[in-house]
Amino acid sequence: MSWWMWVLLGVLVVVGWYLSQTAGRLDRLHRRVDAGTIALDRALLERGSVAGELAAARLPDPATAAVIGDAVHTVRRTDQNNQLSRCLAESNLTQVLGAAFDEPEAVAECAGYPGGEELMADLESTTRRGELSRRFLNDAVRACRDVRYQWLVRFFRLAGHTPWPEPFEMDDAPPAGFGSR
Amino acid sequence: MQEKLKVGIVCPYAWDIPGGVQYHVRDLRAALVREGHDVSVLAPAENDDNLPDYVTSTGRPIAVPYNGSVARLNLGFRSTRRVREWIRNGDFDVMHVHEPVSPGISAVALWAAQGPIVATWHSSMEKSRALQSMFYLAQTVLEKARGRIAVSELARRTLVDHVGGDAVLIPNGVDCAAFAEATPFPGWPGPGKALFFLGRLDEPRKGLDVLLAALPRIAERHPDVRVLLAGPGDADDITKKLPREVADRLTFLGTVSEEDKVRAFHSADVYVAPNTGGESFGIVLLEAMASGTAVAASDLEAFRRVLDNGTAGRHFTNGDPDALADVVNELLADDEGRAEMERVALERAWLYDWGRVTREIVDVYRSVRVPGEKVTEDLRGQFVGRLARNKDSGS
Repeated sequence: MSWWMWVLLGVLVVVGWYLSQTAGRLDRLHRRVDAGTIALDRALLERGSVAGELAAARLPDPATAAVIGDAVHTVRRTDQNNQLSRCLAESNLTQVLGAAFDEPEAVAECAGYPGGEELMADLESTTRRGELSRRFLNDAVRACRDVRYQWLVRFFRLAGHTPWPEPFEMDDAPPAGFGSR
Repeated sequence: MQEKLKVGIVCPYAWDIPGGVQYHVRDLRAALVREGHDVSVLAPAENDDNLPDYVTSTGRPIAVPYNGSVARLNLGFRSTRRVREWIRNGDFDVMHVHEPVSPGISAVALWAAQGPIVATWHSSMEKSRALQSMFYLAQTVLEKARGRIAVSELARRTLVDHVGGDAVLIPNGVDCAAFAEATPFPGWPGPGKALFFLGRLDEPRKGLDVLLAALPRIAERHPDVRVLLAGPGDADDITKKLPREVADRLTFLGTVSEEDKVRAFHSADVYVAPNTGGESFGIVLLEAMASGTAVAASDLEAFRRVLDNGTAGRHFTNGDPDALADVVNELLADDEGRAEMERVALERAWLYDWGRVTREIVDVYRSVRVPGEKVTEDLRGQFVGRLARNKDSGS
């Protein structure tokens, strides 16, 4: 074999190694995105059900409970595959909760009713988990996209038929009354 | 409703040598166990005999210069194998890796595992070209961490600048209840007022020199002031360079137990933190605050955050003995103002209580996990990993 064939062989080996590494890396990143999506779905679902329980228990007061109940109902009715309407419905619930628990006193009052303590702790925890999951998901999406933008990855279609990862945007700011306990 | 988790925590620094990351892991583990979780810790150790049974040792560490000081870390083939064994046998729901960019078992654990992994960044670093290239190489490993935590804004910025991406800020915890009550040492603080310094005596970044240089000026206003010093280092080396007048005011405790540390806080009127750099959080400040001892600290960014810009303690210009003396003098002279500041500080310290911090960390664990998922060994494309595996199963 002449020298250039050796060079060619060397280049092929290096490219092959790089591709197998990157394929593994990409697979891992896709699984990170999937895990993030599942965790976020779960956190939002739990938040919805805790908020629903609050509303059903007529907490913190009947008028606020009705508004919370309505927001929860909207979330449940929303098509889970439509990103935009989902984002709007979840953000709406965030804002309603934010208005209901805008100060520590409101949270404390609610926690004072029978069973309220546990409900408020759950609501605080699910709210925080939703926020965390969404940040982790969007971080995974960014890392995944960085790899999928590489031209070698696109040329060799290393991503296969995996859908293009999408971040999830919504308002998930915790109510101002949370976090003081 | 709260599912109990099996958590594996990786600490890259020697377990039996005092250090901030080690304390963090120890306290986090205790708080997690209190909540009913099952925790195993992986760490290097100088001496495997005295380890608590929740710690798995990866062997004796070696001293490596790292990030401006000397770190004791584990490197090499044997420790890699132990890391893999621990991951394989641990059956963890979540793996929590601390200081993942330190060149030790944390990086190895990240490299050797896959699944629900959380990483915590503790230290801050200046941007540098060498580090930059290391981060590029380490990127594929670092991106395995699904959830990233930074204990301070500075640590978070280090991560964002070097690695890119995002991290959630969850501060260091302090066990407030453990600091609330203690018996002062006999005769302390005494009517002549007392100060407390904690840290390595011979480590310039801890700033003992600044405090000693300020003492004559403090003594002008408070002629009977005394200083309690705790921390490793040779006391004679310090005193022989000082005038009698200053040296006589110092009482050295040497390396202290946790219990004596709490007593020392209660034995002083003011805790002085003259650190000149290298601090990314300032956990000691919180300990002083939880003990109800007034704090005077240099104006490092990390300290300003903990003290809420001077509301929960007083600041002086970093490295300036005169400024330190003025602040301490003012604090010592005003008993009422000091008591009020201590009250504000105590309230602030409870925001950092381990119980609360742990709840947030558990939320992170649950946010990176699909129910039923476990941490498993990652053997893909890892030649050395396969070798280690084969050798294990062969023996």
